Amino acid sequence: MDAHAHAAGGHHELEIPYNVHPRPDTGLYNAKFGVWLFLASEVMLFGALFSSYILLRSGAPNWPRGWEFLDVRLATLNTFILIASSVTVIMAWSYLRLGDLKKGRIFIALTLLCSFGFLIVKGFEYTHEFHEHRLPSTNNFMAIYFTLTGLHGLHVIGGMVVFAYLLLIGHKMWHTERERYTNRIEVIGLYWHFVDLVWIFLFPTLYLM
Amino acid sequence: MDHDVTHEHAHHGHTPEEIRKEMRVYLIIFGALALLTGLTVWACYGLQMPPHKAILIALLIAGTKGFLVAGFFMHLLNEKKLIYGVLILTVFFFGVLLWGPWHHVYDMFGK
Amino acid sequence: MGLRRQIRVGNQWLYADEAFKALREAERVMREEDRHKLLHGHVLPWYRRWLFSTDHKVIGLQYGFTALLFLLLGFSLMILMRLQLGWPGHAFDLMKVLGEGRAPGGVLLPEAYNQLGAMHGTIMIFLGVVPLAVGAFGNYVTPLMIGAPDMAFPKLNMASYWCYVPGGLIMLASFAVPGGTANSGWTSYPPLSVIATQGQTFWLLGMVFLITSSLLGSVNFIVTILQLRAKGLTLMRFPFFVWAQLVTSFLLLLAFPPLEAAAVLQLMDRLAGTSFFLPTGLVVSGQILQNAGGGNPVLWQHLFWFLAHPEVYVLILPAMGIISEIIANNTRKPLWGYRSLVGAVIFLGFMSFVVWAHHMFLTGMGTTISAFFQTTTMIISIPSVIILSSLFISLWGGSIRFNTPMLFALAFLPMFGIGGLTGLPLGLASADIHLHDTYYVIGHFHYVVAPGTIFALLAGVYFWFPKFTGRKLNEFWGKVHFWASFICINGIFMPMFAQGLAGVSRRLYDGGQQYAHAKDIAASTNPFMSVCAVGLLIAQVPFIINFFYNAFLGLRGRVNEDSNPWQATTLDWAATTSPPLGHGNFEVIPVVYRGPYEYSPPEDPDGYIPQHVPERLVPEPVGGTLPTAAVAQREI
Repeated sequence: MDAHAHAAGGHHELEIPYNVHPRPDTGLYNAKFGVWLFLASEVMLFGALFSSYILLRSGAPNWPRGWEFLDVRLATLNTFILIASSVTVIMAWSYLRLGDLKKGRIFIALTLLCSFGFLIVKGFEYTHEFHEHRLPSTNNFMAIYFTLTGLHGLHVIGGMVVFAYLLLIGHKMWHTERERYTNRIEVIGLYWHFVDLVWIFLFPTLYLM
Repeated sequence: MDHDVTHEHAHHGHTPEEIRKEMRVYLIIFGALALLTGLTVWACYGLQMPPHKAILIALLIAGTKGFLVAGFFMHLLNEKKLIYGVLILTVFFFGVLLWGPWHHVYDMFGK
Repeated sequence: MGLRRQIRVGNQWLYADEAFKALREAERVMREEDRHKLLHGHVLPWYRRWLFSTDHKVIGLQYGFTALLFLLLGFSLMILMRLQLGWPGHAFDLMKVLGEGRAPGGVLLPEAYNQLGAMHGTIMIFLGVVPLAVGAFGNYVTPLMIGAPDMAFPKLNMASYWCYVPGGLIMLASFAVPGGTANSGWTSYPPLSVIATQGQTFWLLGMVFLITSSLLGSVNFIVTILQLRAKGLTLMRFPFFVWAQLVTSFLLLLAFPPLEAAAVLQLMDRLAGTSFFLPTGLVVSGQILQNAGGGNPVLWQHLFWFLAHPEVYVLILPAMGIISEIIANNTRKPLWGYRSLVGAVIFLGFMSFVVWAHHMFLTGMGTTISAFFQTTTMIISIPSVIILSSLFISLWGGSIRFNTPMLFALAFLPMFGIGGLTGLPLGLASADIHLHDTYYVIGHFHYVVAPGTIFALLAGVYFWFPKFTGRKLNEFWGKVHFWASFICINGIFMPMFAQGLAGVSRRLYDGGQQYAHAKDIAASTNPFMSVCAVGLLIAQVPFIINFFYNAFLGLRGRVNEDSNPWQATTLDWAATTSPPLGHGNFEVIPVVYRGPYEYSPPEDPDGYIPQHVPERLVPEPVGGTLPTAAVAQREI
């Protein structure tokens, strides 16, 4: 495969092999492999925090039950919202694979909506905690609660930024490189499912144990 | 064309029928996840389970939900060997990371 | 009947020597045309070409240049420390550069010594060695060596560099804040680091940027190496350099995140008043701290060392990769035990994740957990020995060329040997009781990193300089640089083992003079070591001049004709000299037909066969027709 520069929009773009079509022996296209590697590193990131939780709790003379300090109903609602957003994003990808950009974009927008909802509910939660004078400095339970949910929340925001871009600006790629755009939704979808996956473990750990 | 629902082969060699079948599966999984969420809240919080039991139940259900999300939404059940390899390695190190500091607290001099 | 080598070009068989001559001429012409374009600006605007480039070669050079500057800075901090250690309390004019707050009248304050110590380590490891080994050499050489047009994610590559720079700048800025920079060691142990001054917050923020940079880079490397390798380049045909970079990237990918998490936790402790690492009832300056408590300082140590142990393999593995290439090339024979090397490096990478608590033997860990980590640590020495032995045995029967890169590479072997062997007592819990936190440890790890890794990196600079610039560095001054550095560096670090065994603790601002058991050995060795340190600094001057002089000439077009001056077999040398920036690396992506080290093959004992060359041997035509059967023919 020749790698020669071809001008695209006034600047040279190098042709990278297997950017869109999978490499035969690995069966993967580059971004898919890349995002799984990134998710592996994220497993280690949240793993360190879960490990800290375990060490702090097992070394503590007493440790509150989640519902003593936190609002379980709001968090349960948030769990439903986030799972729903996982469904909407995979629907988006499926519609794109069917060649339907309109439905695809609708479902990306729904995903964004759900994530907004998640953040708003989280905002209510945090405000409630601050009202009750429960801050990260209050005790280690609140400290690890704010840190874990805060870092998770940052990941939600990061995902939202990418969704917004792909919805509003990046969708133009559908008309020039359809498969590449569809792949991008697959890749951000994988990231988003992971964010959901972390919450699936975070929620019971903090609220129900 | 935005409104085109073509019947050409979408990528990955999946036919439109197969994709629609997958979409139905996703909805079923959604139902299962919602159910399991309600179950875990009821079992741990609703029944005010003591900590040891709550941890066990919660982790079991969370593990099931995680399996569904990873296996179906993330297509891990049909993923390539290379990804499996990376993830197995990661899970192993994740386990070591969870074990190490905790075990230290349990195995200290003077305890 | 003589044999003449033919190679296949397109669908023709040409005589190899004629073909190569034509190729070199074509390269020379092309270089001139490219240089014309470069000088006359028919390409991208300067900031897209040099500053915000997505070309791995430019990014590699950016990393290299920045990292070398940081190495010089870290070294300079060490010179100030060594002045203090050699002559504690003495006034030095040079010390005044630290300002009146840190060195009133040119006399270094103990608190300032701690700042120098913490930042020397941090800068050398995270801003110097790793960016040079992985960011510079990894970025520049790896895609060339696997026959790829660039990295898999060029924009991500650019983002990695531009995360590294702010991280570095934040670290530098920390010197200017009130209270000075971080002073709790590069290890930043709480509770000290939590109650430390503002500079520590900068350290933590800087680390977050640096870790992010590494993570983005590691994803790029793994995908590039496995997905973008040329046709025919199977895993067992990788040059060992590529294997080393691949394993290193996995270490960075999976080991760095826990430190990022830990940095967040420490930031929370410092800024949000949490007590992740602060135990209940902590007394600071006679007062009980008014925090929630319940934290555990040992938690930080676990999370920190979970990264920091794999980190030391990140420091050494690329170096081993560089040395391997240079040894194979300058012995004119394949590496001995290639399969053992590959197995060993994979096993080493894996084991590096389960040995970390050997840095924590003195934290009160129980016998079970101590025994576990002692065992894994002993086991991990095995692949290290296998790698070192393979490299030593590779010298046997070789036709050794003692050029400058080879001198550094040869020195690496015994130096790493010393470093590795002195690590063994540290890995045994009982011996570590005596040696932990002494100068023995400093001697051990500096042997591995300084005459170990840094020598390997210097070897790499000398070796790949013709690829970067088109010119070789001057051999005479290279040898001067080598011998002076080699002698001085041993003078600095060898006495540290004696100091450590005598019980001189590390991180003492006066080098041990105030302790009865330490003061004699400190007084007798420290001044000598400090003189050697200054000598080592002076020894770098010929290198710096050599480097800039030849880089400048190379940029002006005064290049050597030969694009493969070391007669190397790997694909990076098949690319044109100083490959044109931003236009891909190869006119035609190579196809690989053979292993990486076909030096002195039986049919051509004085020659070598590059990886991308299919070939056959044909008898010299003596009138009449050529025989139809080829003597040896190789297929993919």
